[in-house]
This record gives sequence, C-alpha cells and structure tokens, in this order.
Amino acid sequence: MAETTPVIKRRRGRGFDVRQQTGFTTIAMLCFVMLYAPILTLVVYSFNAGTSVAIWAGFSWRWYESALANTQVQDASIRSLTIASFAAVLSTIVATMAALATTRTRNFPGLTFIYAFINQPLMVPEIVTGVALLIFFASIKVATGYTGLGYLLIAHTAFCIPFAYLPIRARLENMDLSLERAAADLYATPFQTFRRVTLPLLWPGILAGGMLAFVISLDDVVITELVKSGGQDTLPTYMLGQLRRVVTPEMNAISSVFLAISIVMVTIFFLLNRKKT
Amino acid sequence: MADAKPAPNFAARAAAAADRRDTRGRWLLSAPALLILLFAAIGPLIIVVIYSFLKKGGYGGVEWEFSTDAWTSVVFQKDIFTDEITIADAHLLIFWRSVKLSFLTTVMALAFGFPTAYFIATRNEKSRDLWLFLITIPFWTNLLIRTFAVMEVIRNEGIVNSILLGLGLVDAPVQIMFTDFAVMMGLLYVYLPLMVLPLYASMERIDFRLVEAGYDLYATRWHVLRRVIFPLVKPGVIAGSILVFIPSLGAYVTPRVLGGGRNLMLGNLIEMQFGQGRNWPLGAALSITLMAIVMVALLFYVKNASKTGARHG
Repeated sequence: MAETTPVIKRRRGRGFDVRQQTGFTTIAMLCFVMLYAPILTLVVYSFNAGTSVAIWAGFSWRWYESALANTQVQDASIRSLTIASFAAVLSTIVATMAALATTRTRNFPGLTFIYAFINQPLMVPEIVTGVALLIFFASIKVATGYTGLGYLLIAHTAFCIPFAYLPIRARLENMDLSLERAAADLYATPFQTFRRVTLPLLWPGILAGGMLAFVISLDDVVITELVKSGGQDTLPTYMLGQLRRVVTPEMNAISSVFLAISIVMVTIFFLLNRKKT
Repeated sequence: MADAKPAPNFAARAAAAADRRDTRGRWLLSAPALLILLFAAIGPLIIVVIYSFLKKGGYGGVEWEFSTDAWTSVVFQKDIFTDEITIADAHLLIFWRSVKLSFLTTVMALAFGFPTAYFIATRNEKSRDLWLFLITIPFWTNLLIRTFAVMEVIRNEGIVNSILLGLGLVDAPVQIMFTDFAVMMGLLYVYLPLMVLPLYASMERIDFRLVEAGYDLYATRWHVLRRVIFPLVKPGVIAGSILVFIPSLGAYVTPRVLGGGRNLMLGNLIEMQFGQGRNWPLGAALSITLMAIVMVALLFYVKNASKTGARHG
C-alpha cells in the first residue's frame, strides 16, 4: 500500500468526506436487506393460497382463518396473553417501587447489592435459569401437588423485572427533585406529592417499562418450555413443537400476527422514549 | 456530612438516624422485587449447585446422597461394562462446537455490524433515528419467529434453493439446514442487532476532528480506520462482542430448529439431561459450567470497561 503524495492530494479535493469509509455503505445496506428479507418473505407467504411455504399460489386469507379456527392456537394465545399481562403488571409495579428506592439517592448501604440483584436475570443464560426453575418447581410440585399456571406466572414476572426496571430508572434519573421539593414546601403529604407530581412525570417511563416487560414475556421460549407442565403451551412453545412437523403457512400467519404486535409495541416504545428528550 | 458546629454530637446523631431510616425505607420499597427474584431467579440457582453434587435418580430427579459423579462425567465417561474411564468425546465435541460457533458468530457480527453502525452514526440527526429504529425492530421480534424466518430461507424447499434450482445453477437442493453453518447463520441473524447497538452508541460520540487530523497527516482511509476510529470505539466493540458471544454460547432455540438433532450446542445438551437423558445432576453441572464461562467473559468485559474508562475519564 504505497500511497504517493499526488494521489492523496487528489483525494483530498473538494468532494472529500472525512466520514466516508470505502464499502461501508454497501455492507450496511446488505445488512439491512439481510435483516429484513427473511421476515418479509415470511409475511408474504402467510398470504399464500397453496399449502407450500415456498411456492406461491395466489393471495388468500385462508391460513389466517385456519389459525383462528385452531383450538390449540386459541388456547395457547389466551395463555400467552394472560401470562404476559400478569407478568407485565406485577413486574412493573415492583420495578417502579425498586426504581424509586434506588435512584436520586445517596449511596446507601446495599445500593450496589440491590442493583446487582435486580439485573441478575440479564447476566445468566436463559437455559440455566430455566433448568434452575425446573428443578426448584419440580420439588414444590411434589411437595404441594399444585401444577397450575402459577409457576409460569411467577417465573415470567421474575425475568421481566429488570426489563421493566431499566426504562423507569432511566426516566427517574432525568427527573430532578425540585418539583417534588416544591410540592413538599406547599404542604403536600408524601403520598400527595407522589400521586400528583412524581407519578404523572414518571408515567411514560412506567408505560415503556411495562410494554418492554409484556413483549419480553410474550416472546419467551426457553424458560417457558422448561417450566410448563403438560397442556400449558404458550404460543411460542406451541410453535416450537410444530416446527418439528411439516410446516404449513399457518405458522407464517401466526408469526405475522406476532410480528405486527411487536412492531406496534416498539413503535409506541420508541415514541414514548423520544418525547422525553 | 461532618458538622463541626456546636453540639456536633446531637446533629451527627440525628443525621445518622435519618440516614438509617431512609436506608430502611429504601430497602422496604425494593423488597417485593427482591423477594420475587429470590424466589424465581436467584434462589433456584443455588439449588442447581447443590443438585450437581447429588446422585442421579432412576427416572429423573435425584437421590439425596453426595456424589461428584456429575462433575466427573462433564469431561469423563465410564464404560458401563469395563468401568474404564475415558474422555467424554461427545460432551467435549459439543463444548467445542458451542465455543467455535459462538466465536465465529461474534466475528461475523462484527464484520457486518461495524460498517452498519458506522453508517448509522454518520447519517444526519433525523435519519439516524429511522435507521436505528430499523435495527431495533428485528431485535424486538420473537426470537423463534426470526429463526423460523431463516429456516424458510435456507431449507431444501426454501427460497435460496428455489432460486438456485430455478436458475439451473444446481441440480439438487443444497443441504444447508442441519449443518453447523446453518446454526451459525441463524445465530448471526438473531444476535446481529446486539452488536450494532453498542457499536453505534460509541461511534455516535466520535470527534471527527480527530479523523480530519489523521487525513491532514497523510493517513489513508484504512489507516484512519485502524489507528483513529477503531481505538476510539474499542469499548463498543468489546461490549458488542460480549453481548453476541454470551447468548450464542447459551443458545437453545436456534441450534434446535436449524441444527436438527445432530448439531447440538451446550444449551441443547443441558436440556437433554432433563428430557430423554434423565441425568439431572449432570444437567446441573453443565449449567454451572456454562454460567462460569459466561461469568469469565463478563469479568473480562468489566475489567476492560473500567480500564478504558479510567484512561479517558
């Protein structure tokens, strides 16, 4: 790579952009195509009239209809939504409390400990958490005989906590205490201050945290697969089971609906976060 | 905090009491979250450690008797007939495949993610948000669905093979599914956003006057990239690599769907011990091994992050 001075002089002429790197734009475009091509194909073939997931046989809604009429899919969807709603609400409530306790404060004894404890599910591989819960819940099942949905509810709540906590914490850190101090100066009780000042300001963060928790719970495969008892399939574990058999575009239809939900959620999350700045 | 006014004792004691009350209040407020995590995330991990030192039960589960069999069988196996002890090839092969595929995935993710993050970071403010949004959407989409989407593309009756056959480039479909390559493609596809996001975060802050200074000193584009840009974004490179490497190492869904029954990774080996394998202690020991590797990777990250932080701050 022996560069000579005249070459450099030419390159540093008028159109020279210091930010430019050769080939980077091409690779970036390739990257975006790579990310979206499979997803788009998946959605397109969900409207395929034929039974194959590769040969296009015209447009139809038939796979959406068959997915809707499939009782297993109905059951799994209801179960998924129940678990995700429960986990999102509970984890957001406890995460909000924890975020209020661990932000805008001096470095009190145990602060680092609480912080590490809450973020722990992010550090441990899901399969390890799943196995740990399987072992633990198996002995509870033997001891109590209870095999209901409770195990999945509590497991989902636990791993959703850090996801709910982080946006709420971020929002809180950007809020200074002056408004709350002003409220206290005007003889508001601590509860009134919280209800009338802190909560309305914090609301976008809570909403964002709750939605993140909801999506994370809805998407979970590994932990659910290990913790669930017989007949407790959620939509993702039902789909995982189906992938072993011959795949029909019904899978594409279910996936596309799932995708639509996720995209709506991210968009709202994105807008909520943007308003803040 | 130290008050040197009259009656220092009283003031200091009152402040200390207030501090204690405040600390207790904050702990109480965090307690529900901590209790849920203790019950359904952290506590069970301790039980895993205990289980790895127990004897395996006949039909899954364990017998409450101390044994190091599980740990031995992570690396060694005993011949059932001759009691001869040999290296457990099958396990080591899976360990090796997990590390190899995770490493290759990380390298590929860096090769694709670096230019992509750079591209986004050098757009103007408005369109930057849009490009970032496009990276975030797949990241928020169900992992199983993304893996399924990859499967649709690469399977024998899939898009790639249909095109190849249609163009007459091949006579028979190319077998991509159920190979190590398929698993790696899947992991790359699934975890690429995790590389781009931290890279972008550190590239966004690049001071392009430094780049300009490089060009003024007759550096080529390659030199500027290697000697100026790369050192500036190194923390992002490390963060992104860790974020891709760790979940790849513990991946379960992607190797199961794209690797079939043969191209197992560590996650699948662990799960098998609780399914057909019925060897819970071994599954527990393997889980701890996986977690130990992850912890080492995280420590490496923390150490590096604090080092670079100290140098720049």
